[in-house]
Parts: sequence; C-alpha cells; structure tokens
Amino acid sequence: MTFPDGTHALDDVSFGVSRGEFVTVVGPSGCGKSTLLRIASGLTPQTTGICSIDRESIGYVFQDATLLPWRTVQRNVELLGELHKMPETELKNKAAQAIDLVGLTGHQAKYPKQLSGGMKMRCSLARSLVMKPSVFLFDEPFGALDEISRERLNDELLSLFRHENFAGLFITHSIAEAVFLSTRVLVMSARPGRIIDDIPIPFAYPRVGDLRYEAAFAEICGRISHGLKEAHS
Amino acid sequence: MSAANADRPSARESGGDGVRGRSHRAGRSDAIVDTGPTTALSTSKRDGAAQRLGPPLALLAIILGIWFAISYGVMNPNRRRVALPPPQTVLDKGFLTWKGTGKQGLKPILTALLVTGRVALLGLLITTILGILIAIVMNRGKWAERALMPYIVIIYTTPILALTPLLKIWLGAGINARIMTCVLIAIFPVIINTLFGLQSTERAHHELFTLHQASKSTRLFKLELPGALPSIFTGLRIAAGGCVIGAVVGDYFFTQGAIGIGRLINNYQKDNRIPEMFAATLVSSIFGILIFLAFGALSNRVLRTWHESARAEI
Repeated sequence: MTFPDGTHALDDVSFGVSRGEFVTVVGPSGCGKSTLLRIASGLTPQTTGICSIDRESIGYVFQDATLLPWRTVQRNVELLGELHKMPETELKNKAAQAIDLVGLTGHQAKYPKQLSGGMKMRCSLARSLVMKPSVFLFDEPFGALDEISRERLNDELLSLFRHENFAGLFITHSIAEAVFLSTRVLVMSARPGRIIDDIPIPFAYPRVGDLRYEAAFAEICGRISHGLKEAHS
Repeated sequence: MSAANADRPSARESGGDGVRGRSHRAGRSDAIVDTGPTTALSTSKRDGAAQRLGPPLALLAIILGIWFAISYGVMNPNRRRVALPPPQTVLDKGFLTWKGTGKQGLKPILTALLVTGRVALLGLLITTILGILIAIVMNRGKWAERALMPYIVIIYTTPILALTPLLKIWLGAGINARIMTCVLIAIFPVIINTLFGLQSTERAHHELFTLHQASKSTRLFKLELPGALPSIFTGLRIAAGGCVIGAVVGDYFFTQGAIGIGRLINNYQKDNRIPEMFAATLVSSIFGILIFLAFGALSNRVLRTWHESARAEI
C-alpha cells in the first residue's frame, strides 16, 4: 500500500480471518495498522494486492464513538438500520436487543453529551450490532478510555464475540488488550508495516479478568513486546 | 471557601461579592481560593433574570437621563421642539395617544409596523429557504462553490442604494421590491453560515455513512443538515435583523402600496411631527430587538438537548 504522497504504509501483509476468530494487530504508532483496517473496510482502496471481505455485513467501530450528537442513544442505535431501510418493527426489536446486550437499557433517552466515554463506546457498539455483522472491524476503539473502563469493555466485548460469533479484526497498541481478546495476534513492524510475528493465543473462552495475571499470559505479552522492540531497532 | 465551591459556574459570575470577600480575607492567607457566597447556586435563577435585565435597564435609565438633560439643559424651547423633544413628550404623543387628530398617535405607527413586519417576515422566509438551498448546492462540490461564491459576495457588497432603480424597473415600487430588498440584505449570512455548518461535518461521520452506502440525500438530511443547525441558526439571527433593516429601508425607496414604518418616519419628519417621528423610530428598533430575541429563543429551544451554544445567554 503506497499513498499518493509516496508514503509506503504497508508491505506484503497477508492473512485471513474467519467467523469465530478474533485477530488483533498490534504495532507501533504510524505502522499502518489503521490503513490496514481502512483497506479491509473499503474506505481506502489498496494500491496493490487483493482484499476479499463480505462488505455487505461489516461492523466498523471507530477510534471515537462517532455518535450523532442530535440523536438520543435509541436513535443513534437505530441509525444504521435506517440507512439500510430496515422495517420499523424489526429495527425497534433489534435496537432494543443491542441496547440490552451492551448494558445501556434505561439510558435510551439520553443524548451523547450526557454519556461517559465508556457509555458512548457501548452505544457505538450497539449501533453496529443492530446490523448483525459477520465481520467486525475495530480501530483502537478503547484507546481513549481509562484503564478500568477499558478492561470492563474488553470483558463485554468478549461476551459479545461469544454471543454473536463474528469474525473480529481489532487494532490496538496495547499488548495486554491484544492478548486478552484474541484467538490470534499479529505483530507489525514500523513503516512500511510488515507482519513480523503471528501468535496463536491458546487460552480458552470464556476468559476472565484474572487471566491477565497468569504466567502464560505474561510470557506471550513478553514475546510480543520483544518482537516490537527488535523491529524498532 | 471549600474546594468544592471552585467548580460552581455561577460563583464566578457573582462578581461583586466574590471580590469583596477575597479582599477582606486576604489578610489571613494568600492561598485561599474564594469563590463567593455559597448561596449562589440556590438563588442563581433569580440572579440570572436580574443579571440579564439589570444592565440594559440601567443603561436605558442613563440614556433617558442624558436625553432629558440635553433636551432641557442644552436646547432652547424652539430647538427642543424640532431637534430633540424630551422623553415624556415622545411618550405622550407617540405611545399614550391612540389616535389623535390627523396622523398622530400609536395607531398609525402600529398599522405601519404591521405592513413593515409582514414584509420583513416574508423576506426572512424567502431568505431562509433560498439561502439554505444555495448553500446546499454550493456544498455539492468545490466547483459549485467556486462558481457561485463571487456572485454571492457581489450581492453582499453592492450597496442596496445602487440596486433600487433596477428593482423599481423589474418589480415595481411596491411590496415586492421591499421584500426583495430584505432578501438582498439578509441572504449572505444565511448562505455563508449554512455552508460553514454543512462543511463542518466530521470526517468519521461521513465515513460511517460511506460504509453503509448512504445516498447523497440521506447524507444531507440525516447527517449534514442536522449537524449544520447551530450554524444555520447563527445565520438566521443575523438575517432576521437584516430583514428588519431591509423592510424599513425598502419603505423609503418603494413608496407604492401600504405605508410602512420607514415611510411613516419620513412623512413625520416632513410634517414636522418630531415626537411622533421619534416614537416610530423607537418602535422599529423594538421590533428589530424582538425578532432577534425570538430567533435566539427558537435556536435555544431546538438545540438545547445537544448543542453547547444553547446554554449561552441570548
């Protein structure tokens, strides 16, 4: 992937994600992780290579919640269904389910400015869930949250993953978050981004928070961290 | 004096007390953060009204005082009658008399105001619709913006005086030309502010709509226009004032048809009815203020659930 200004963002990146898989890409800032995701979603066309994905059924979670400030939680969650002309009753049902799944029941009438950062992200997740996407793309969605909210949302994201059984592609620069969430972690080098390590994560689901403090967990985190450092030097 | 007081927004506004409090506590410690009386929050609503109406009313009293002083102190009786009748004469002849002999009193003023008001509101309606439509077209692409912008600037910068002969020829010297005057004066801020609002749509929001194959009209109605509402209202508030000016100015130039307040002012001046002239001028000013306030209130009402500007005073 080379941009018109000559920036060589990605080089020889090749992988697949199927339903029931949760693949996370970790890498230093500016390594092209976001570009990778934008190519996958179709927002940025790739200059070379092939990207094959079911574009009709993508859920995309942005770095910030991107809620429409003039819509309530309820109406924000209904937005994508409206864009796809989903029948009214079906949309109401699915929105109610999605709101329930992310734990925002009781907050439907609130406007985004009344919500905390974590609640906004939940609302954003619910908005994508309404479409029952088979592929879920996450562009560092929890990067702006505090550690406690982040871990809670990690837990909730995992239960969504188990419940909905989508194919997940997640971008982050938090190693612990990557290992905790994923079935597989891809480590990327600095620009031009290359995949320098591909690590299957063996822990069984459902995963609980204490997993983060186990030796095997730390070992994998260490391996990723070393890989990133070597790629940098 | 507690730390919790520090983030009370109303405490900062309670100006006088806060400053006094700080000065006589300064002797004890330099490090005290004094935020004024703790009762500020509970009485903030009453204070709000007093704070809002107090300053303009105080200034009004001062202006009336100066008016009175100049009228009686500086002028001799003859000059006073033609140049600056005292406030009570204006009040008596212009507002307290309903319909005197001939064209005196409040009735002719209000009748003329009704004519001018109708022109201003019709002008504002056309300005709003046309202005928003033009901005939407300009938002379609850089080419449209580049093509239209010079002409919109020309409309804005050409003095209305230079256009009056043309308007007379094209639209006649009646109500239509007056309405057109309003549109010409007021449309620029509507176009510019609407366009600014439409172009301020966040990139990520656009991408969300792109990901879900939204059509251009869906994008316009569900994303760009609602997001532009705060800017549109800013433009409308300016335009509302502009339309009042346009209607009064139009009265002067396009004198066929019902008499508007601009022409009434002119007639009073010719007939040497100076107190009535003052009253009519004041009424047209008050009308302008009321329209401006009405749009501020409308804007607050529509935006208060989600936009920061709605908390600001009008």
